[in-house]
Amino acid sequence: MSDPIIQMTNVNKWYGDFHALKDINFTVNEGDKIVVCGPSGSGKSTMIRTLNWLEAHQEGSIVVNGIEMHQKMKNVDEVRMDVGMVFQHFNLFPHMSVLENLMAGPMWVRGVKEDEARETAMKFLERVRIPEQADKYPGQLSGGQQQRVAIARSLCMNPKVMLFDEPTSALDPEMVSEVLDTMIELAHDGMTMVCVTHEMGFAKAVADRVVFMDEGAIVEENDPISFFENPQHERSKNFLGQILQH
Amino acid sequence: MLFADTVVADPAVHKPKVMAIMLLVGVIVFSFFGLNDTIFGEFMRPVIGEPTESGLFGNVAIGLVLSMLFTANIVLIGFLPFRYQVLLVWVELLLLFLSFFYSFGLNFEFIRSKIWFMISQGVFTTLYISAVSITLASMVAIVGAVAKLSTNGFAFAIASFYTSFFRGLPLLMQVYLIYLGLPQLGYVIDAVPAGILALTLCYGAYMTEIFRAGIQSINKGQWEASRSMGFGFALTMRRIILPQAMPLIIPPTGNQFIAMLKDSSLVSVIGVWELMFLARTLGNKDFRHMEMLITAAIIYWCLSMCLEVIQSRIERHYRTISH
Repeated sequence: MSDPIIQMTNVNKWYGDFHALKDINFTVNEGDKIVVCGPSGSGKSTMIRTLNWLEAHQEGSIVVNGIEMHQKMKNVDEVRMDVGMVFQHFNLFPHMSVLENLMAGPMWVRGVKEDEARETAMKFLERVRIPEQADKYPGQLSGGQQQRVAIARSLCMNPKVMLFDEPTSALDPEMVSEVLDTMIELAHDGMTMVCVTHEMGFAKAVADRVVFMDEGAIVEENDPISFFENPQHERSKNFLGQILQH
Repeated sequence: MLFADTVVADPAVHKPKVMAIMLLVGVIVFSFFGLNDTIFGEFMRPVIGEPTESGLFGNVAIGLVLSMLFTANIVLIGFLPFRYQVLLVWVELLLLFLSFFYSFGLNFEFIRSKIWFMISQGVFTTLYISAVSITLASMVAIVGAVAKLSTNGFAFAIASFYTSFFRGLPLLMQVYLIYLGLPQLGYVIDAVPAGILALTLCYGAYMTEIFRAGIQSINKGQWEASRSMGFGFALTMRRIILPQAMPLIIPPTGNQFIAMLKDSSLVSVIGVWELMFLARTLGNKDFRHMEMLITAAIIYWCLSMCLEVIQSRIERHYRTISH
């Protein structure tokens, strides 16, 4: 097997006195689909945000795509170009049309020609099944459509790995499935994915591994069947009990 | 418009009690002015006899008539729809102002002989100085705003010192300091560049704060999305943040431009031939100060109104593209 795409070794992070990440060891290989879950405040969002260094870590090493992330690095943008990120609140650019949102990345930082960028953009809009919305502005779309545009925007950069930071948490219930369907398709196409999510159905359907975090540490890491059927740890059991009882 | 309430109270002008009080107050106020020796007394001669000898009776009679006209006017306007109300009140106030100026006994021949020069020389210089200054001030403001938001101690210190100093000193003093102070350093500066420099630095300081607030108001998520796609700082600022901050920056900047248009009159003290300078000097020789000052005042007002219209157009433009 080739080198892992993401390798976290003994990563620690503090916000002031608060120990946000505790000795995280975590590996993502090409093609892996990993679901990170845990109660709120457990550090899962912080962890995923250190992977493209929107948050800095203080101890340990994070190597992404062969490049080590550290404070003095000059090429952080090179890493970020290859790591797509989808946010809870979509963060589309509201002053640009859907198509412009999708074309901006390839044209501005990859140096792709306009025609080619438009072609790619339309291809991915069709893949998330909203090509008819190309000329609208993000504010005119529903939450689910916006999140699918955000996914397409990341895909246009042709990333090696996609990070999802609670992509369905801000959506109305009836829009969750359209976003999850898109993500499941993406997984079946072989994309490497790290998803922070509470959607256990999604985890069962596509995840190779489930990572359970609590209080800044990885408590349990297992394949989904073992994790859901037979959680090893008391805190995992409690957590699963709480989210599955409804 | 503020939030339009669904429940509408009866307007005050449709309440007889309120109008009766207004009529009464009007009578007292107008009587108090003692108008029987004015043109109103002449109008009332058939009723009150010789105006100057009518005394209290004459004054109260005139007061009553004026107050009735005033109250009737307000009641009638109260029945009109919004647009016509606005239009009519504007026209009436304008007529009042003009008749106020007219009562000075101005020499219109004199104004006519000077007005073309005031416009070709004065308005041109005023607009030229203001436009150049606001453009330069915007550039200063972007750099200043980025510096004030920077984590670099030097940049922040210089920017905050700059805004503190130039917002803290009277503009008139800055004009003098630059015009008279720079030659002390061995660099003789002309009046027009000195004026532009003073206005640029002063308004750049105010606009630094406007730009800073505009940039800060943009959601952190926009930065995160941009940076996570590998956009650098400058690219993010130019293509993502500033375009979104513009609708917030434009209205106060338009305000600043209107203020600058009028503050440019301060550079008249160093002898720049702009509108204010001409207003003061053209009337001197013939002791026609009022004519020139009033003319200049009206020109300033017209220019400001043009800018207001342009500002609201630009605002509407940004509102439509950003939803």
